[in-house]
Amino acid sequence: MNAPAEELLFELRFPAQADRMSVVRETVRSAARLCGFDEQTAQDIVLAVGEACQNVILHSYGDRDDGQILLDIRSGGDRMILRVVDFGPPVDPKRIRPRDLQDVRPGGLGTHFIRQLMDSADFGPAPDGKGNVLQMTKKKVLVT
Amino acid sequence: MKNAVREVQGSLVVTLEGEIDLDRAPAIRLLLLDCVGQGRDVLVDLARVTYIDSSGIASLVEALQNAGKGGTRLGLVAISQQARRVFELARLDKVFAIHSDIDAALAAAG
Repeated sequence: MNAPAEELLFELRFPAQADRMSVVRETVRSAARLCGFDEQTAQDIVLAVGEACQNVILHSYGDRDDGQILLDIRSGGDRMILRVVDFGPPVDPKRIRPRDLQDVRPGGLGTHFIRQLMDSADFGPAPDGKGNVLQMTKKKVLVT
Repeated sequence: MKNAVREVQGSLVVTLEGEIDLDRAPAIRLLLLDCVGQGRDVLVDLARVTYIDSSGIASLVEALQNAGKGGTRLGLVAISQQARRVFELARLDKVFAIHSDIDAALAAAG
C-alpha cells in the first residue's frame, strides 16, 4: 500500500537560539490547527516540537551559537508529520532516550515528553549524512 | 511577561507569567533559588503561565530540592491547565504540593 501523499504546510529555518522559540511555537500551533487538531492536542504538539528544538540547541550545537534548525511540517493523510533537522555532529540515537521518572531531578524530561505526546518519534542521521533528523508524527482524530 | 515577588504572612509568593521556556528559565531559576535561599516558605503562582517546558520544570524541581535541604517548603498555587498537563506528564504532580489558591496554601502550611 502506498503511503498517502504529504502536503507541505510550513518549512521554517531559523537560528538554534532560545529567543526564536516563541515564534516557532506559534507557527506549530497554527499548523496543528490547520490539520484540524483541537487546542489541547495542538498544545501537546507545540510542547513536543519545543522540546525537540531545545535538545538541538543544548546538545547538538552545545556552545556553538551559529547553528541552525530546519523545521518541516507536513500533513500526510491521517497524520501530521514534523521533522526537526539540525546540522550538527552526528548524535548516537542510543543517547536519545527518556530518563527514569522515579529519579526526581532537574533536566532530562524533554525526550520523555516527546515520546508521551507524539504517536511516533524517530531519531537518526540526516539522509545526506550531515546532521540529525527527529521525525515525529501525530495521528489526526476526526471530530464527528 | 514579568515575575513578581511579594510577602504574604511570612511566605514569599512568586508570581510567574507567560511562557517559561529555555529563553526565560535561567532567570526564573535564579529568582526561585534566591527566594528559597532566604529561608522562608515559597509559593509559586502559576495561574498566568501559558506555556512551560522541561527547562521551566527543571528550575522548579531544583528550587523544590533546595527548599527541602534548607528545611523550608516550596508549593505551587493556582496552576494553569497547560502547566498542570506538563507536571502530570512528568509525574511531578504528586511530588509538588499543589494548592488551589494562596489562602489554601497558607492554611496547609499551618
